[in-house]
Amino acid sequence: MAHIIVVTSGKGGVGKTTSSAAIATGLALKGHKTVVIDFDIGLRNLDLIMGCERRVVYDFVNVINGEANLNQALIKDKRCENLHILPASQTRDKDALTKEGVGKVLDDLADAGFEYIICDSPAGIETGAMMALYFADTAIVTTNPEVSSVRDSDRILGMLQSKSRRAEQNLEPIREYLLLTRYSPTRVKTGEMLSVGDVEEILAIKLLGVIPESQAVLKASNAGVPVILDKESDAGQAYEDTVSRLLGEELPLRFVTEEKKGFLKRIFGS
Amino acid sequence: MATPSLELKGASFTLSVLHIYSTDLDKFATELAAKVAQAPQFFVGAPLVVNLSAIESADLDIVAIRQVMQQHNLVLVGFTGANEALTRQIRTMGLAILKTGKAVVTPPPPHKETRILQQNIRSGQQIYAQNSDLIIFGNVGNGAEVIADGSIHIFGALRGKAMAGAKGNTQAVILARKLEAELVSVAGQYWLSENLAEHADSTSGCIRLDGDSLVFETLPL
Repeated sequence: MAHIIVVTSGKGGVGKTTSSAAIATGLALKGHKTVVIDFDIGLRNLDLIMGCERRVVYDFVNVINGEANLNQALIKDKRCENLHILPASQTRDKDALTKEGVGKVLDDLADAGFEYIICDSPAGIETGAMMALYFADTAIVTTNPEVSSVRDSDRILGMLQSKSRRAEQNLEPIREYLLLTRYSPTRVKTGEMLSVGDVEEILAIKLLGVIPESQAVLKASNAGVPVILDKESDAGQAYEDTVSRLLGEELPLRFVTEEKKGFLKRIFGS
Repeated sequence: MATPSLELKGASFTLSVLHIYSTDLDKFATELAAKVAQAPQFFVGAPLVVNLSAIESADLDIVAIRQVMQQHNLVLVGFTGANEALTRQIRTMGLAILKTGKAVVTPPPPHKETRILQQNIRSGQQIYAQNSDLIIFGNVGNGAEVIADGSIHIFGALRGKAMAGAKGNTQAVILARKLEAELVSVAGQYWLSENLAEHADSTSGCIRLDGDSLVFETLPL
């Protein structure tokens, strides 16, 4: 049975799409047949981050409306053979998504043998975001270490508990994980940013990973390569750890304390 | 079958009631004239019920009362609360005796089983424990609201709003393991976070009403 994971946050710009791309790629690299779906109808970005924007012919809404079949719309990733992308429509809006339509597509993906279905949620708490989280088995709540993002994540957690399929049908609740992104230990130390502990205390859900603020993320986005493939980078390694934890491995947190600058670095700068 | 030309239906009306406290008719006439003079428009053709429950004696001139009222264009609908002798007098005049509607006494709603929630209350969520206490094993996040007609117990952090005694129960209290509330209120008296910071000298505690103002008490733990 396919496992449906929603990457959500409430707030925009915290790294949902970057995280969706990285986690989907990570799962595929570990041998799991994975598809990542862009739910941000009208503002599609996932195809850019995944570097397949020129290969989009049909999209998610076309499949829902029966204008194309799933195989026509799914884009096979060129770097990783277990990975597929279902892009959003740029010309429609969120109302094109219906519960029945989305449910049918997810069922068809499960029937097609996908083990993991990653739903990249749009920001907000409107139709698009609700559709992305409705069918989820697991939620990865992407949060930046600052108060407004934490507040919005709390709101989304409330939605997961009340507006999802699992809540409505009284099934086992959605598994909720916290993914802290754009974390800067230096700024935490100076009090400009909330610490991992602060956020964990407020949201009170299991921490899945901490992704450090990193130049590598922007570079990867611009290049259309999921940052997890940049194995030299701190962010890439942090996403690798995150995927391992998602699959049940226990790993210590990395990149949460300030990096000690070596003697030479201190003299010559970094 | 032909449509009936009449039909009886019950309906209730709000009527002004004129209470008479004395059998002195001259005094009655002058005082009534003064009252009517205050708002002549209001009293023109106004239907009135006269309450005689304060009159114990039997010699009150009902006819004279009616005349005085007619002079002021008041319409006498009937009497209420009259003693037996007066009732007989009123009946012979062909006027109505109205029974005073009993003051509606609603019994206090039954106190329901305490509502217990084993979850975090997230921003945007609102919990209302009607006619009961509320116990939460978890946090109440910023932007969340917990409301109870009884007391609220939070075994976690209270960061949102908590309103106890929502229907006016002044005995209700708010207890929290960690008080970082945006607002606490008991029976309508409230503190914002800044008021809370002024009064609370520890992180966990109890908020209750002392007279008309809220007080903070440290939990004896």
